Amino acid sequence: MTRTAVPSTKNNYMSNSRILGALALLAGLLAVSIAQAVTPEQLNALAFGENDAKVQTIAAIVSAGDAEAMPLLQALVESRVQISPEQKRIFILQADGGVLDAKTGQSVDPLPDDVEEVVMNNRMRRELANAMAALQLFSPDPATRLASARSLQGGAGPAMLPLIEKAYAAESEAQIKQLLGLTRATLQLASADAEVRLAAVKTLGESSDPTTKTLLLKVLAKNGEVYAEPDEKVRVQAALSLDSVQGRLAWGERLGQIFSGISLGSILLLAALGLAITYGLMGVINMAHGELIMIGAYATYLVQGLFQKYLPELFNWYLVAALPVAFVIAALVGMVMERTVIRFLYGRPLETLLATWGISLVLIQLVRTIFGAQNVGVENPVWMSGGVQAMSNLVLPYNRIVIIFFAAFVLLGVWLLLTRTRLGLFVRGVTQNRAMAGCVGVPTARVDTYAFGLGSGIAGLAGCALSQIGNVGPDLGQSYIVDSFMVVVLGGVGQLAGTVYAAMGLGIANKFLEGWAGAVLAKIAVLVFIIIFIQKRPQGLFALKGRFADA
Amino acid sequence: MLETPINGPLFSRIPGLYGPKGWMSIAIAAVIVWVVFPLLNLAVDADSVFHVSDYSVTLIGKIMCYAMVALAMDLIWGYTGILSLGHGLFFALGGYAMGMYLMRAIGRDGVYKSDLPDFMVFLDWKELPWYWAGTDSFLYCLLLAVLVPGLLAFIFGYFAFRSRIKGVYFSIITQALTFAAMLFFFRNDTGFGGNNGFTDFKRVLGFTIATAETRMVLFALSGTMLIVTLLLARYIVTSKLGRVLTAIRDAESRVMFSGYNPLGYKLFIWTLSAVICGIAGALYVPQVGIINPGEMSPANSIEIAIWTAVGGRGTLIGAIVGAGIVNFAKSFFTVAFPEYWLYFLGAIFIGVTLFMPRGVVGLLQQLKRKST
Repeated sequence: MTRTAVPSTKNNYMSNSRILGALALLAGLLAVSIAQAVTPEQLNALAFGENDAKVQTIAAIVSAGDAEAMPLLQALVESRVQISPEQKRIFILQADGGVLDAKTGQSVDPLPDDVEEVVMNNRMRRELANAMAALQLFSPDPATRLASARSLQGGAGPAMLPLIEKAYAAESEAQIKQLLGLTRATLQLASADAEVRLAAVKTLGESSDPTTKTLLLKVLAKNGEVYAEPDEKVRVQAALSLDSVQGRLAWGERLGQIFSGISLGSILLLAALGLAITYGLMGVINMAHGELIMIGAYATYLVQGLFQKYLPELFNWYLVAALPVAFVIAALVGMVMERTVIRFLYGRPLETLLATWGISLVLIQLVRTIFGAQNVGVENPVWMSGGVQAMSNLVLPYNRIVIIFFAAFVLLGVWLLLTRTRLGLFVRGVTQNRAMAGCVGVPTARVDTYAFGLGSGIAGLAGCALSQIGNVGPDLGQSYIVDSFMVVVLGGVGQLAGTVYAAMGLGIANKFLEGWAGAVLAKIAVLVFIIIFIQKRPQGLFALKGRFADA
Repeated sequence: MLETPINGPLFSRIPGLYGPKGWMSIAIAAVIVWVVFPLLNLAVDADSVFHVSDYSVTLIGKIMCYAMVALAMDLIWGYTGILSLGHGLFFALGGYAMGMYLMRAIGRDGVYKSDLPDFMVFLDWKELPWYWAGTDSFLYCLLLAVLVPGLLAFIFGYFAFRSRIKGVYFSIITQALTFAAMLFFFRNDTGFGGNNGFTDFKRVLGFTIATAETRMVLFALSGTMLIVTLLLARYIVTSKLGRVLTAIRDAESRVMFSGYNPLGYKLFIWTLSAVICGIAGALYVPQVGIINPGEMSPANSIEIAIWTAVGGRGTLIGAIVGAGIVNFAKSFFTVAFPEYWLYFLGAIFIGVTLFMPRGVVGLLQQLKRKST
């Protein structure tokens, strides 16, 4: 949820810098305007007063609602206000290097020797940030006002009520007006007037923010025998509002579950797609498939390291370079495996299983020896961090979205390769009838190697994608091997479509079960479901029919 | 997908295991377990070269439990051709059943001085969950160690064999089963100690568990059970039942055409195999002093298969030899060169499947045949 804050702070920052620019231009006029907005007494309190006095002064400045006080607050936040306690003088350092005396507005040069910074603690910083946001409600720029209204939603204190009333009355944009109305209602909940509270509770019913739900619950809370809210009418209205807020929130939650289900499904699909080729088409049980994924992830880590060292300016695009590298390295490892071990075990699936398990152990230990047993850090490029705020309680992280599209892209690629290329034709031919394919001149042994390389390469691509959302360590592959076999087994052997349906179905089912049973129980339930399902349909969802069924 | 046997049936009678010669070697093994080891460990002075250290007693005791599991694996894989990747689950279930008794036997000597096992106090539980009822009885827990793995295997096997799941499918499903069980036991709320499992046992049947004498008794018991298992397995594979099992392994369809229904045969040997694993687990836990969900990890179960493969499938004695070789190597490597253990294990997996499909015992037989 922390990601939600990202866009709004960005906006704040932009508007602040805009104000800074104006500030530098109008340096001369500025001091005069500060003097208009803030009285000398207030200045003194801000600069030399106790913490409480400072906070009160900030509140007073805010309720006066004069945007001219902005540069002073800005300077305070950025620690550009210097004071000389003995001379009782206050200086503001300007962005262009000049120094102003805050009370007189005159340029000062040089700065006296005994100056020090105004003492600020976290409480003051918070108050200042809110105060600045509040003052920006009067900015002529609607985007600034919107950002300000958003950031005030959680942080407004009771002292700001008059200011928000003022801004609400002056606001012309519907969206901003609604936000302000909600903030006002939140503050009005504390009012002594039952009518005001009633109206506030009613307004809150229009919100779709999870925090509103907590607020309304608080109104309805019962402390022993005494209700937190004395007036019954308000309580009834609060219950109604709560219902409508929850209704709106439930949609966000449901969509969120579907999204994370699809996201998990696409991860499973990526992990299982390579297996669908090596196991589904070639009938090779490759227990080292997870380790090929792990190798892809480590290849990504290596490329990241190279970019950091040699091409730091292109660092954001290292993933694009990592994809082919991960594919090629994993494919090579896979082809070597096929040539040296698996080749001799065709037709003996149980032995293949054991031998590839042995290979997986060697690969794990090899990676441990080279890179160490600890996880290595793989960073998201900037364009993959953050997310889209789809609803008030639903944020879609960019890295998940990218992976969904990537999985679709890889799927499309595999499908095209298998159905539209010569190699794909050969692979399908060898799968269907090895002897006959050999008779018509297909180099079956070489096709086996290529097909295995293809499956392994896709595992490498999966590793590249997984490095963006999880830890990269020597044990990475082990956590995916059972899942990816489940996907292939459930989907049915030799069917890409089955693999897709199985991955998506498992992903979504898993996330919905997680909602009411917790992550571990959901996973167990899914595994048990698969075990039972396989009893009923041993060939998987999409069984091959006809003469290939018993091959 | 039929698994084609390597050069004819994978079945060889080891002469040293049958007939008068076989009885002789079993008698010798019994004497070693009951007389030689106890004497060398308890009676011989610790400085003497003949002294067997406590460490070796525990290690060999442990390996004898593993050998029982390997025997069970040989029955189901070597003779019936069904590769289970979930035998670690049955082993662990037996261990957990025994562990429940051992936890209750701690009494109030735990860290929290409570009647409840420590981990329950830690979770702030007020009373034992219902499935812990009766676990203060040793006999009841023994029964659990047999019944729980047996029942689970029976139910699972019934459905799996009835729908004719075989070969790799069966292997993968058993792996999913043990994986699901591992996740389940890792939960704290399951009531089996979560991550840490059971440990810190104090006594068994009133005897302090850490003394040399108790250890020796457990050792002798493991040896006895191993011998009993071997005799039982030998009886089964030489019986008519054993022949049907071997036939199922080599050509299941032909067995069916001949009028046999493989379901009952497979189910029997599968359940028996699970029960043997459960007993082995129950003997294992008091000797090593800990049981946790890690025992159910898919990696552990797949290692069991390699013990049997290393020794030689379908030979019975090979399973024991294989469990011995791999586990002695493991305890050697993990102490001397921990970073090379996985290389070695991986190499065994690859080497045995590629170059020694009949395992060590098969190789020795081949050499013997060549020399005569």
